[in-house]
Amino acid sequence: MDSVLSEDPVALKILIAGGFGVGKTTLVGSISEIKPLRTEEVLSDIGVAVDDLDGVEGKTTTTVAMDFGRITIREGLVVYLFGTPGQERFWFMWDELSYGALGAVVIADTRRLTDCFPSVDYFEQRGTPFVVAVNCFDDASKHSVEDVRIALDLDPDVPVLLCDVRRRTSAKEVMIALVEHSLRTLTSAN
Amino acid sequence: MSETPQWLDEEAGAFVRPYALTRGRTRTTGETLDLIATVSAVGDPPGGLGPEQLAILRAARSPITVADVAVELDLPVGVVRVLLGDLRDHGLISVTSPNAEGPRPSERILKEVINGLRAL
Repeated sequence: MDSVLSEDPVALKILIAGGFGVGKTTLVGSISEIKPLRTEEVLSDIGVAVDDLDGVEGKTTTTVAMDFGRITIREGLVVYLFGTPGQERFWFMWDELSYGALGAVVIADTRRLTDCFPSVDYFEQRGTPFVVAVNCFDDASKHSVEDVRIALDLDPDVPVLLCDVRRRTSAKEVMIALVEHSLRTLTSAN
Repeated sequence: MSETPQWLDEEAGAFVRPYALTRGRTRTTGETLDLIATVSAVGDPPGGLGPEQLAILRAARSPITVADVAVELDLPVGVVRVLLGDLRDHGLISVTSPNAEGPRPSERILKEVINGLRAL
């Protein structure tokens, strides 16, 4: 299904997920020019009346900052990185974010591995290809990749990598692993 | 009142709540715009547009993503979406969906991305 209109610019989306403070912002900043994207969103759709005259719809809004980065592969082919909001109450934003995403990087911190369970669950359920990047914090105990795989109960084909999100080369490896995994998922589905 | 009203205060932030720019609307009419949908200005802007709409049309003189418009104008994505929806309804911007070819990119594109990342 190669594009016939090869002139059309292609924009791809990769999500960076994981618990609060796990290194999402650092990862996006290591590999791309990072910009804060402000999103002021309705907290809940329940009870939101659509009535322009009232002008009171969606009073319960909150400002969420999302990390947003851009990697230009060539002119007309750009990869966009979006750091997903770390708090579960902002998950309403995820469905739209993950639609059409090339894949996701779930960053894990072995000191609080449970923080990334919701992200893993989410992408498994959505069928979004993802890799788990274990961020090796200085004082983190060195868990083996296999230990993390078992603890997260991951499918055998899901790549797990050790990384240091502060390092550009490491961040690059994570991205490449994800796109390769996404490619395998694509070709095996055909 | 000065000629160029300042709606921002360094201490207090915006004097105008973001959704005041959209007359309280938080949803676009029609299809929701993907964050990486590309928008381009079409034709000459008519009179009577607000400063934000004009700023969007300036930013979209060459194709630009919805997310980039929000960053450039320093406005929340939700607000930008509503404003873009209005401009689309008035035929002032064209929108290219990132997923026109289907939800997943082609094998060729992915291989190109892998090579591009390696070369970074």
